[in-house]
Amino acid sequence: MDIIITGLILGGTYALIAIGLNLQYGVARIMNLANGEMLVAGGYTAFALYTGAGLSPLLTIFLVAPAAFAVNWAIYRVMLRPLVKRAPNRGALEQDSILATFGLSFVMVGLMVWAFGGDYFNYAYLSRRVEIFGDGFGLNRVVAFLCATALCAALFIWMNLSRAGMVIRAVAVSPDSARLVGIDVPRLSAIAFALGGAVTAVGGAVLSTYLTLDASTGVIFTMKALIIVIMGGVGDIRGTIVAALILGLGETLVATLIDPGLTLAAAYALFILILLFRPQGLFGRRQA
Amino acid sequence: MKRRTTLKAGVALAAMTLAGAAFAADPIVIGAVAPKTGPLAGGAAVTHWPNIQLWVSEVNGRGGLDVGGEKRMIEVIEYDDQTNPQETIKAVTRLATQDKADFVLAPYSTGLNLAAAPIYQRFGYPQITSSASTDQIVELSDKFPGMFFLLGQNREIVGDAVSILNALREAGEIGDDVAMVNVADAFGIELAATAKPIFEEAGFNLVYETSYPLGTQDLSPVMKAAKAADPDAFVAWSYPPDTFGLTEQAIIEDLDVKAFYTAVATAFPAYGERFGAAAEGVMGIGGVNTASPEFQDYAARHMEVTGQAPDHWASGMMYASLQILEQAIEGAGTIDREVVTQYIKDHAFETVMGTVDFDEHNNNPEYWTVGQWQNGEFKGIASTGRDGAVPVLIKEGWE
Repeated sequence: MDIIITGLILGGTYALIAIGLNLQYGVARIMNLANGEMLVAGGYTAFALYTGAGLSPLLTIFLVAPAAFAVNWAIYRVMLRPLVKRAPNRGALEQDSILATFGLSFVMVGLMVWAFGGDYFNYAYLSRRVEIFGDGFGLNRVVAFLCATALCAALFIWMNLSRAGMVIRAVAVSPDSARLVGIDVPRLSAIAFALGGAVTAVGGAVLSTYLTLDASTGVIFTMKALIIVIMGGVGDIRGTIVAALILGLGETLVATLIDPGLTLAAAYALFILILLFRPQGLFGRRQA
Repeated sequence: MKRRTTLKAGVALAAMTLAGAAFAADPIVIGAVAPKTGPLAGGAAVTHWPNIQLWVSEVNGRGGLDVGGEKRMIEVIEYDDQTNPQETIKAVTRLATQDKADFVLAPYSTGLNLAAAPIYQRFGYPQITSSASTDQIVELSDKFPGMFFLLGQNREIVGDAVSILNALREAGEIGDDVAMVNVADAFGIELAATAKPIFEEAGFNLVYETSYPLGTQDLSPVMKAAKAADPDAFVAWSYPPDTFGLTEQAIIEDLDVKAFYTAVATAFPAYGERFGAAAEGVMGIGGVNTASPEFQDYAARHMEVTGQAPDHWASGMMYASLQILEQAIEGAGTIDREVVTQYIKDHAFETVMGTVDFDEHNNNPEYWTVGQWQNGEFKGIASTGRDGAVPVLIKEGWE
């Protein structure tokens, strides 16, 4: 029981890390290697507002989300739109966007070092023990799990029940046909990219309640997000959630029953297994 | 086109900062290479860079260094090595050949210092390391005669930690059972490997032993297993993010030990800020004599100039390395690197950490090994010959 809950909570953490990248990669077709930096920026905002103004990180996310949405929208319009325009096909766009966002990640690290210094930052928020079925867990982690659940549920419902969500899914499935039925693909791609960035930054704000971050840690989260998105299948929120939970449960299982030293090995073994047997990811569609 | 220029300017800004302006009266050019980005940037931002800022502002505030009767200002050229040894070597080469640096300060961390030693040697720069902890001091100083060591050796740091636990055991405060974990990175693996035989020789029982990967986001399985083993003492050879993570989990799990030890970052001011009263009694690598007026004065100046407090392990040593360079240049009355290096070998230096007198292996034989949070301050409780160690406290819960 303990393992399952610990694993689910860790899975929630992973979902927060990866779900934004799924939107960006799945819909806007941008493999955003600066994803982790956006997460750290969100975390830093929460840290600064909590230590400076005593504002709860759970309220901060309502400031972080629109701000990150605006910033990411601008990034897409200014930096990525020209790449999309000139790319002859999807493969070329992926290549270009990987290079461009790789560069962007350095710029963002540089800006963060300049703006808040390279120091580690963390703070105590809800760092208390809660008992669930007789085992102890950190309250901040449980709250983060609840946030992840709420966020994923909201996104899932919105994507599946609203017209805007349906349009976004249409773009994810087939950008060319979407255009034929009158969907403004460029505009929607920008919105999806911005939304993804906002979700990632919100994830960062929530994670900062229990992780120690610094301006350079983003790459760790980018790697994790990449694995999860590819495992889950590109462009499907369910896939990312399931993959995040599998990874969380798998790592906790190995850490508890075998050895914590093998968690990374376990994560990559799972990744390889899924790639071998379902190269398109758990919920992904086979490409023609 | 315009966009590209902005991007490039951003990159250039991020990669390199030029501190200090050019002065008319022939300044001494000092190169500084250390991480501003990458995995060790967080540690360097606490321990390394602020001291350079402090030192330069003080020396130039006094009108510069007195070199043979002539006052010369300092101009510092900083490079970010991205925590990548290849970049460290490239930057030192660039400082020597293009920037014509008179001296290059030693880089940050054990790994980067070892990697860069040959290049310091080639250009004849004295390399006064203040954040390298290694057991190969004799071999290294034989091979690189300009390399100096302030921070000490792993086996002493580990040995003193075990001795403290031993003393607690002999006083009847703790039993034989120790849980030991380490981060699976060069530093953690080496210290754990050094510690294991020392613990066993001292008759301790390692009831739980494991490693975890660097960057592990959830350390609760580690702490749960450690708690299940019911140890008397908990020891972690950890790095900054996991030092915080393990302590947080220990509080959540209410790990009931009389001795709790985490390694790097326990001595950071941020640790005390983060855990407050719960930090009381936590032991870690490092320590300083907090009662020393020199250190107190240094800490106050550090705070005033850089806006942050120094850590209580390597910060003071970093500043001491700059004081040694300063005193050696002024004492030798020249910026000739060979003469200055010899001067460092032949003389003792007064620093904020006390007198430093290198032995025949360029090693500073007197340094702090173990510290402990007591009354909101991280104080030295064991050293290899420094004054001012305070008695050890028993850890009494996490409240």
